Amino acid sequence: MRSRALRATGAVLLFAWVAAPLAWALLASLTPEPELFDRGIFPSRLTAGHYRALFESRDFATPVRNSIVVALSTTVVAIAFAVPAAWALARFPFRGRSLVLGIILGISVFPQIAIVSPLFLLLRALRLINTYPGLVLPYLTFALPLAIWLLAGFFRQIPGELEEAALVDGAGPLQMLVRIILPVAAPGIATTAILTFIYCWNEFLFALSFTLGADRQTVPVAIALFRGQYQVPWGEILAAAMVATLPVIAVVLSFQRKIVEGLTAGAVKG
Amino acid sequence: MKRRPLLWLAPALGTIALVALFPLVWTFWESLHRHDLRMPWLGRPFVGLGNYAEMLGDGRFLGAIGRTLLFALASVTLEVGLGLAAALLLHRRIAGLGALRTAILLPWALPTVVAAMLWRFLFDSEAGAVALMLERSGARPVVWFAHEVLAWVPIVLADVWKTTPFVALLLLAGLQQIPREVEEAAAIDGAGAWRRLVSITLPMIRPMLLVAIAFRSLDALRVFDLIYVLSGGGPGTATEPIALYTFNAYFQNLRFGYGSALAVALFVMTVAIGAVSVRLFAKEPA
Repeated sequence: MRSRALRATGAVLLFAWVAAPLAWALLASLTPEPELFDRGIFPSRLTAGHYRALFESRDFATPVRNSIVVALSTTVVAIAFAVPAAWALARFPFRGRSLVLGIILGISVFPQIAIVSPLFLLLRALRLINTYPGLVLPYLTFALPLAIWLLAGFFRQIPGELEEAALVDGAGPLQMLVRIILPVAAPGIATTAILTFIYCWNEFLFALSFTLGADRQTVPVAIALFRGQYQVPWGEILAAAMVATLPVIAVVLSFQRKIVEGLTAGAVKG
Repeated sequence: MKRRPLLWLAPALGTIALVALFPLVWTFWESLHRHDLRMPWLGRPFVGLGNYAEMLGDGRFLGAIGRTLLFALASVTLEVGLGLAAALLLHRRIAGLGALRTAILLPWALPTVVAAMLWRFLFDSEAGAVALMLERSGARPVVWFAHEVLAWVPIVLADVWKTTPFVALLLLAGLQQIPREVEEAAAIDGAGAWRRLVSITLPMIRPMLLVAIAFRSLDALRVFDLIYVLSGGGPGTATEPIALYTFNAYFQNLRFGYGSALAVALFVMTVAIGAVSVRLFAKEPA
């Protein structure tokens, strides 16, 4: 069948287009420095030298630690605040509900650069430039709307009968949320937490604007500002890029289906 | 049962107001002042619309606006076109589909800085694949990032590579909502593949197409990370988008008042395009 062959070719091309840049970079990060520029495709041997140099002479562990601390703290705060908000938005009919949803959606698409100057002046006045809280606070501007939006989508999928049963048993709203809804929604909350973490892990503009030195830089900032003494240290840059990709790959592989659900949940429901 | 939605919303909305809405208002207020951190002795005098007047005569600003719009147009067109093709492909049952779906998620989930570095390596370095391919085919080497127009090639390609998966998955979700019978009926009636695409599939996924176009456009307008890493806005300011010019106004020139006016301009553009999208959705038959 012609169309089947066409489709298979398309699938292979699509896979190659997606995978080729990553595979090329992975290979280059394992290629010995002198062979990087000798115009061959496959190196004569593979080496972990760039990775070793990254952690031994460049102290890449510091940006990795900074990224983990900031992303985890932001995720915890965002989920804690977003759960009650999302539940109210998903379940309570009240005036101004669509206005609140509109503001939340609006904030997640507005340009971050639009608030960089006041945040910088504010953080400077509070002496929070180049500190962890100085990143967590700005990160909440995108983490909170994201978490609320995703969680509201998950909460809406929970059947209403569960709540009615709880009501009959005389549970108050807080009891109902903690005892009934949270256990049922746990997978959705986990997915939301993971996506929020990835967004924080990937963030660049705020981290670039509100950190000063290597001691508080996050992984993306460290990679973007990589400098060599004489030339661009491509081997180490690509090794760092692969390290930055690792958690993302782990998450995508284990939660592939859930992420797709989360991505499309809000959109499909309209 | 008493339900007090405001109580439940207060922590989240309070935080959003503090870290996002209040700074937004502050940016606007700041844009009405001359605030130059290089010259702190000048203080922060109120200049009314002075910064905006300067902006309209600033070639770098007008250039940045034009470049940002062109970049958005080019990348969103390519992304929606390719994303639709990929979604139609993934919609069918083919071997290895699960692996393929996972693979196309990867570029989307990567840090933009990493994606930009991968493409800079492909195009910029002598060891990059593009340099290698050009050399093998006997073409002259191209110094992509030294050329005002060619520098856009890796930028747009990197954006397309990174964000087409998002578009494809969104459209795929739309495709999967089309009842099978509709397409089968059309096929029985003798409609060809192209005809089915144009008169059935596309109209039925129109809402998803609009969502994808709106989200991608708003995202493209604020492009920063990708260009900061790939070209740094150069050569000169040939690839500098409005967000990067604003950043440079803040942290290179330390002109917070003028930079804030630039930020307001970008914000207004975003709101305008957002409003158009909302209007388009509103026309949507439910």
